Amino acid sequence: MSTYAQKKGVGAVLWDYLTTVDHKKIAILYLIAGGFFFVLGGLEAMVIRIQLAIPDNNFVSAGFYNEVLTMHGTTMIFLAAMPILLGFMNAVMPLQIGARDVAFPFLNALGFWLFLFGGLFLNLSWFLGGAPDAGWTSYASLSLASEGHGIDFYALGLQISGFGTLIGGINFLVTIINMRAPGMTYMRMPLFTWTTFVASALILFAFPPLTVGIFFLTFDRLFGANFFDPTMGGNTVIWEHLFWIFGHPEVYILILPAFGIFSEIISTFSRKRLFGYSSMVFATVLIGFLGFMVWAHHMFTTGLGPIANSIFAVATMAIAVPTGIKIFNWLFTMWGGSIRFTTPMLYAVSFVPSFLLGGVTGVMLAVAAADYQYHDTYFVVAHFHYVIVGGVVLAILAATHFYWPKMFGTMLNEFLGKITFWLFLIGFHLTFFIQHFLGLMGMPRRIFTFLPNQGLEVGNVVSTVGAFFMAIAVIILLINIVITSVKNVKVGNDPWGDGRSLEWAIASPPPFYNFKQLPLVRGLDPYWIEKMEGKKEMTPAEPLGDIHMPNNSFIPFMISLGLFIAAFGAMYRLDYSWGLPVLILGLLVTLLSMFTRSIKDDHGFHIHKEDLIDEDKGRKA
Amino acid sequence: MHAEEKMTNETWPASPEKATLEAKNKFLGFWFFLGGETVLFASLFATYLALKDKVPTADHALSKDLFEMPLVFLMTMLLLTSSLTSVYAMHHMKNFEFKKMQLWLGITVLLGLAFLGFEIYEFNHYVHEYHHSFTSSAFGSAFYTLVGFHGGHVAFGLLWIIVLMIRNSKRGLSLYNAPKFYLASLYWHFIDVVWVFIFTVVYLMGMVG
Ligand code: HEM
Ligand SMILES: [Cu+2]
Repeated sequence: MSTYAQKKGVGAVLWDYLTTVDHKKIAILYLIAGGFFFVLGGLEAMVIRIQLAIPDNNFVSAGFYNEVLTMHGTTMIFLAAMPILLGFMNAVMPLQIGARDVAFPFLNALGFWLFLFGGLFLNLSWFLGGAPDAGWTSYASLSLASEGHGIDFYALGLQISGFGTLIGGINFLVTIINMRAPGMTYMRMPLFTWTTFVASALILFAFPPLTVGIFFLTFDRLFGANFFDPTMGGNTVIWEHLFWIFGHPEVYILILPAFGIFSEIISTFSRKRLFGYSSMVFATVLIGFLGFMVWAHHMFTTGLGPIANSIFAVATMAIAVPTGIKIFNWLFTMWGGSIRFTTPMLYAVSFVPSFLLGGVTGVMLAVAAADYQYHDTYFVVAHFHYVIVGGVVLAILAATHFYWPKMFGTMLNEFLGKITFWLFLIGFHLTFFIQHFLGLMGMPRRIFTFLPNQGLEVGNVVSTVGAFFMAIAVIILLINIVITSVKNVKVGNDPWGDGRSLEWAIASPPPFYNFKQLPLVRGLDPYWIEKMEGKKEMTPAEPLGDIHMPNNSFIPFMISLGLFIAAFGAMYRLDYSWGLPVLILGLLVTLLSMFTRSIKDDHGFHIHKEDLIDEDKGRKA
Repeated sequence: MHAEEKMTNETWPASPEKATLEAKNKFLGFWFFLGGETVLFASLFATYLALKDKVPTADHALSKDLFEMPLVFLMTMLLLTSSLTSVYAMHHMKNFEFKKMQLWLGITVLLGLAFLGFEIYEFNHYVHEYHHSFTSSAFGSAFYTLVGFHGGHVAFGLLWIIVLMIRNSKRGLSLYNAPKFYLASLYWHFIDVVWVFIFTVVYLMGMVG
């Protein structure tokens, strides 16, 4: 049964990826799809910046600007940043805990396809009458008034992809609790695993309110409900609450894994154990917990009253404490370490001060009284890009370089990597630093143009120049990826030479069953411990035996496709007579696929011990 | 222990729903799923409370005009009893008594169907007698969404249990399907608990005014 060793044609590879349930392949799918949406969102950002480069510009119309702006924010958050992080979690976390797969391989695939179909649906709006234009927050008073189907694309697309994310979250939680290798106690888990764990818990509790909010929005717009319509007794502030009860934890869903990635990189290239490991874990959990208590800081000017505003202001400021703990721990990890400035490490070192700036403006914004001044100005735009780009995107770029050899078995070019890094870092600060001052000078957020002679010209043109730097950096990264893939120089298990956790103890890329024998974990940084004792490999925790693996399945694709079809039906139900039948058809496809899954027994298959031994000989020969 | 093993009364473990690794994963994952569902219903409840009796004009029916104790009491009893019968079913599942489990599950399904029937009657009644509909007011939207989401869960739960019963009717219990039965009944309890809250928050508090 050694089908895995055979060469395959294009069709077979495609089919393999359409049906795969292997977390490493799903990771690659996430990376490709998320990378595609990242480039798309980046192009939208360039349109925004070109339009705002000079006063009274008419590169795009006001209406189109609103669509580009909305799609930029929505794409970046839901379709780029989060899926790319889910990709790295899939690629690395199961290896870090010494597991052969995730707890629910089938659901893992389902999560991906739901995300992809949701994202495609959302972006098809461009070709089908116009994209959503009420901002990524889609406040009800704007979104109910928006004409055409743009907002419906937003609502239905995010609903579908949101289900996918939720499923992914549950999968990771169970994986981490149930699938750890012998000896891998909670307090020996690498920090990226810990942050994956907490981020997954946040997904589990934050996405349902969004689901509910989006249902209300869909019902109001397409099914005649009145949740947000004051003339019928409705209340538009309900949307704001539901959205931000989701929305604030969402930013931690993004930043916690980024923290995890940097913790791994900093300790690897400082060649030191992470300083204050247990306080890092504690801070992660605390941030996750506090993340649910602060949503109304986005609503200071909504009029909730001084008491509510004060409580939420204080709660928000409290988050600075665990975050500060983390900053100091990273600094102390580097302190006295023998640092190697590889590309990932450059990102990590520059992340600390960049993110700190975003944190400082965060505390400024948390001062409710002062926020009346900052709210809806470019100061806010500067703040959230400092945390999101200076935190999340830097982490994504760092992880791309850091984990590339583990995922693909070949190393990205370090020279090009450093060029990308410098261009991106400089471009980032050029673009967003000056936006703080634009905001303080009164430039409002979400405007399609500005007037001359108000002192806003210089700031805006500098910001646009910076955006071009970042665009070039990303292009160089893409070139780097192409060159690296073409050359395809193979690397060994531990290509950076300083790997500490389990993923570096196995081949790059790992065999599809990950670990031939589950490793015995003897402490934090288990691979490092073994290396320090002069061993090259992990000590196995079990004798060689048969390995149980899940079967591939096309059903996840079908379930997601059904919802994709149904969404078109729901949207066009009122405009065309075929709407309702299509809605029903789509739901039937989904339900029947689920039904098939339920009644068809799927026991998976076994890789036999003899095959594993044969393969070993094959490799040595 | 292995999912495909042929089981007998002697080898049947004490907790068949958690005997294999797959089963353990399912068990835990399902609890997490119910955690998410709890937040979902919490959001629906909060919205309902915010929009309760919020109507455009004074001639709309309010909750104190709508709800009647006999009907909702009957529905509550039906659902509570069905939770109990599903407990019996799981008791027999743990004792490896397949036939008896099927019987009690069947009774559970009948009770659930009766509940759904009354719910449909109830909605119909409100729409036709009181012109209280999904689109008539924010109150209507919130009411039908909250109670309807619950009703949708009941329908899905019934479908699930029925599919499991038919699929396994000829082959009896195994470590492969025992967790499936167990989770379906867990889901059923969850639905029941949500209903208790609906009964209290929507109906009891609604009748008081
Ligand atoms: C990489 C270069 C990027 C540039 C040049 C850029 C630029 C911009 C600009 C100019 C705006 C409009 C601000 C306004 O008028 O209110 C904006 C909004 C936004 N950006 Fe970015 N951005 C970038 C990356 C990102 C990333 C990576 C994310 C998220 C992961 C992101 C998330 C957002 C969000 C959520 C908004 C708000 C959209 C809205 O108001 O609805 N951006 N960005
Ligand atoms: Cu926030």
